Amino acid sequence: MIDSLQRAWRSDFLWSFSRSPVAVVSFLVVLVMVLGAVLAPWIAPHNPFDPATLNLMNGFSSPMEPNAFTGDVFWLGTDDQGRDVFSTILYGMRISLFVGFTAVLFAMVLGISLGLLAGYVGGWVETIIMRVADVQLTFPAILVAMLIFGIAKGFTPVHLRDQMAIWVLIIAIGLSDWVQFARVVRGATLVEKNKEYIQAAKLNGRKPLGIMSLHILPNVLSPVLVIATISLALAIISEATLSFLGVGAPPTQPSLGTLIRIGQGYLFSGEWWILFYPAVTLLVLALSVNLLGDWLRDALNPKLR
Amino acid sequence: MLAYVIRRVFQSIIVLLVVGLVAFSMFRFVGDPIDNMLGQERTDADIDRLRTQLGLDQPFPVQYVKFLKGAAEGNFGVSFRQGRPVATIIAERLPATLELAAVSGLLAIVLGVALGVLTAIYRDGIASNIVMTLSLIGVSLPTFLIGILLIYLFSVELNWLPSFGRGDVVQVGFWSTGFLTASGLKALILPSITLGLYQMTLIMRLVRSEMLEVLRQEYIRFARARGLRDKSVHFRHALKNTLVPVITVTGLQLGAIIAFAIITETVFQWPGVGLLFINAIQFVDIPVMAAYLMLISVMFVGINLIVDLLYYAIDPRLHSDKSAKAH
Repeated sequence: MIDSLQRAWRSDFLWSFSRSPVAVVSFLVVLVMVLGAVLAPWIAPHNPFDPATLNLMNGFSSPMEPNAFTGDVFWLGTDDQGRDVFSTILYGMRISLFVGFTAVLFAMVLGISLGLLAGYVGGWVETIIMRVADVQLTFPAILVAMLIFGIAKGFTPVHLRDQMAIWVLIIAIGLSDWVQFARVVRGATLVEKNKEYIQAAKLNGRKPLGIMSLHILPNVLSPVLVIATISLALAIISEATLSFLGVGAPPTQPSLGTLIRIGQGYLFSGEWWILFYPAVTLLVLALSVNLLGDWLRDALNPKLR
Repeated sequence: MLAYVIRRVFQSIIVLLVVGLVAFSMFRFVGDPIDNMLGQERTDADIDRLRTQLGLDQPFPVQYVKFLKGAAEGNFGVSFRQGRPVATIIAERLPATLELAAVSGLLAIVLGVALGVLTAIYRDGIASNIVMTLSLIGVSLPTFLIGILLIYLFSVELNWLPSFGRGDVVQVGFWSTGFLTASGLKALILPSITLGLYQMTLIMRLVRSEMLEVLRQEYIRFARARGLRDKSVHFRHALKNTLVPVITVTGLQLGAIIAFAIITETVFQWPGVGLLFINAIQFVDIPVMAAYLMLISVMFVGINLIVDLLYYAIDPRLHSDKSAKAH
């Protein structure tokens, strides 16, 4: 695996990256946002979840204007409780990106394992896995995620629901998204498993698990990487949608979607910034990841060059 | 043909049975139904009596069959939150969702096909490029943000259209319709654009790429060589041949519209089944969730089945059994 990564690194991958302005810009945007999210506790002007730093008098400050009562200036304004919108966005991005990355990782591990298993073992194992995948694919992912969220919420004890909500969300989005990975990995596995190096590995007495993870997996990784990037954009949007609908991140741990939900309530009273900035952040984030995924798909697909 | 139909129907039934099992398991294992139905002051005798009365002492398969029978008759028990039969609540709310979905679907198909054909015919025109760029943005904007944007523009800033609800509805028998009042029609505009926009862009892009593909074919050149007028070439020869994939995708999108109605209904507080479902998730109202799950699965599986059969009926190339297996 390290070997194949090195090969990818030395190839024209980097060259092609530096030649694509769209890829470079979206990569930088994503990098800045991830850094902002990770470093939020250090760079955010306020900790929006520490009531001691909040001043209710600061509520509803307009962006870049001194507050009428305290004279404090907030770049992106404040919400009803005087929380700095810039800080809540940084913390919200933390939740959004964490849920997005973890959900995709979960979907990826699940999808790759099931895909390898289906492709390599075949028989009734394959039939069952791929049938389930087919059926799940007929329902939109967001609906599947909602249903899983609802069922999982029913199973968690009432006093743990808010704490567990983030994890339930990760499982719901992850489970709604494994099918793509499984289908691609299965397809690639079917091609790889009849090649000579696999025959050689079998003759060497390798166990099936070893063949799958050490020999087949590295060779099916590049399409997986592309799907993972596109899935990340989808997962971030799914998370935002679920949280916006009130069936995702709880108000105690607001993600970008929760912030938009909160902001929608102030749209009519003129406090547009509470909604506007989180929405723009979400859009820029999702769009950048999407563009990065598009570029990656073209770059890793030798047929298109 | 017959073998194919039977196989597809059989598959659909199995899917529904599995979904039914999921719905039933939710009923049975998420929380204790007895707990939910009896209050604080209950005796062991009460519990036993209710358990026998509800048939909860019977083996799992027997209970499952009974649940399926109830579901087939539209009996999903009583909502934990509203204390009324789930079937009644859903019947009240279904017209709102179906009207919204129908208008959005119509909008998506008519505008999608029209714009797709036009952008394909005038592929280098400025208007086509603008439409294509806008559609790219439309695809990447999350539905709920489109809804909020429309509310901001047309309700908050311009104050032209209502931002929530259905307006005045008229009761026609069991069906409550918003089509017959001015406020009902006005209330439909923003939600149906929100819901239909994504599907419209999808259909438009599909029709466009199919049209471009077809317009390159020999028989189109031949039709032109015969001296047929552009209108006839574009609509009688080209468009007709793009319809097979368009019908498939459009059919499948109908299901998606009903599912995505959940989001639109929440943004616009539209009193349909989608909003009901979201509220049910928030309050863990299991009977409503289970009923919605069954309802939407029946719709999805039904639509998929019809689309598949339609696809099979329209495209003569699929009629040999060999190619049917490949699908």
